[in-house]
Amino acid sequence: MESKKITDKKKLKLAIGLGSTCSGCDIAILDLGVKLLELIGLADIVFWPTVFDFKYSDLKELGDKEIDITLHHGTIRTTEHEEIARILRKKSKVLIAFGSCSCFGGIPGLCNLTDKKQIFDAVYGENLSVANKENIFPEEKLLINKNKSITLPHLFDTGKTLKQLVEVDYFIPGCPPPMQLIEGLIPLMKDVLGGAQLPEKGTVFGSKKTLCDECTLKKENKMISKIVNPVTAIVDPERCLLEQGILCMGPVTRGGCEARCINVLMPCRGCMGPGPETEDQGVKMISAIASILGVKDEENLTDQQIEDLLSGIKDIVGTFYRFTLPDALLNRKVKERR
Amino acid sequence: MFEPKIIGFCCNWCAYAGADLAGINRNQYPPNIRMIRVMCSGTIEPLYVVKAFKEGADGVFIGGCHPGDCHYQSGNYKTQRRIVLLKRAISEIGLDPRRIRLEWVSAAEGQRFARIITEFTEEIRKLGPNPLKLSGVENGI
Ligand code: SF4
Ligand code: SF4
Ligand code: SF4
Ligand code: FES
Repeated sequence: MESKKITDKKKLKLAIGLGSTCSGCDIAILDLGVKLLELIGLADIVFWPTVFDFKYSDLKELGDKEIDITLHHGTIRTTEHEEIARILRKKSKVLIAFGSCSCFGGIPGLCNLTDKKQIFDAVYGENLSVANKENIFPEEKLLINKNKSITLPHLFDTGKTLKQLVEVDYFIPGCPPPMQLIEGLIPLMKDVLGGAQLPEKGTVFGSKKTLCDECTLKKENKMISKIVNPVTAIVDPERCLLEQGILCMGPVTRGGCEARCINVLMPCRGCMGPGPETEDQGVKMISAIASILGVKDEENLTDQQIEDLLSGIKDIVGTFYRFTLPDALLNRKVKERR
Repeated sequence: MFEPKIIGFCCNWCAYAGADLAGINRNQYPPNIRMIRVMCSGTIEPLYVVKAFKEGADGVFIGGCHPGDCHYQSGNYKTQRRIVLLKRAISEIGLDPRRIRLEWVSAAEGQRFARIITEFTEEIRKLGPNPLKLSGVENGI
């Protein structure tokens, strides 16, 4: 059989690059602890600006496909992020979208509910804590003298996922990805070194089932009569949170985190992204919640009572697409033509 | 003049039969609606509606049986709740919720069906083309 080996090296080259990120993904990798030593034993790190003193020039000097594995975290928000993502793609054999931001747009992807102008108006103008009488807004280009100017990256109106820009080989979702998935990088690296069959392109690391499948809370009867607030509610720690009226994204979210939020009695907010076979996490949740809320006595409810019941769900897009707006079917707010 | 494209999802037992009756009775209504027959309004996933908009529909009509008349008992109650939420979601995204219309139409209401579709077509005509055609990540930067 033809060898699947994508490298003959004894030690891999690993890069960790970024877009608009909170760096939680970097911290999650550092949290590998002792296993980090094992990882470093398998791969030389050739780019990881958050942790080591790497410059973009270091990256640009590498040859095409010279990096064996790249982890990319963060949303694509600026021209700088776009440039780095394209360079990483060109220089890497295996490009992995790491974390919900890179996979689906993540929390920064909620920027798609506004645009650059609205953000600048708020941050440099309207916010109560801002005093900007002269109306000074950041410029992308600043002239220092006749011959010299410095430029800042351009901020896009719309946040993008990595896959919307370049081809992505694998996806490791989670905000940040759960430890058990990050640890999975080590066998993957060994497979690359040993020339073993690699997972199919496009594989999403995580469970092949939804979160509810691995959640250990007792599920009895998914019919709820109202939405309750998880902060003020008195929660039965044994019973499914959704059945208690707490909005939990478990039914539409991919498993793989071992229900780490549920284990501390916080409802799932959906950071692992859409469940397997789910095309769009948010509309699936609309469908799921409408199927169980207000079922009892439904034939006697007036239109107004139905509206009132559903008004317990605030901010639908921000709740049901908290981590996946750029990846959704309707992935940004309709732009007003200016 | 702008000719709206409207996608209609109608349940087999009532709304679609109502549309049929409109045809038999020769009740006139504008040809802007493309109708898709489904077994029950409860099978219309919000995903279908969103996909229709994504693909450029200017309006989406959903027709089901009157409350109490669903042939699968409760499909239409579920549909009603879904559409309430979906309308809110699309208006958060900046689409006018009037672009979705849910109506209960019985098999005997051919004339009413024709009137509703005429009204809805005119309403969408006033709202203008689906603005998503110019939005979305694909052409949003
Ligand atoms: S996925 Fe979460 S932890 Fe990682 S960069 Fe995005 S916001 Fe931070
Ligand atoms: S809805 Fe939430 S709490 Fe209930 S089983 Fe699913 S993950 Fe667990
Ligand atoms: S429970 Fe939900 S929000 Fe929490 S880590 Fe798991 S997928 Fe993410
Ligand atoms: S069969 Fe008509 S709505 Fe269910």
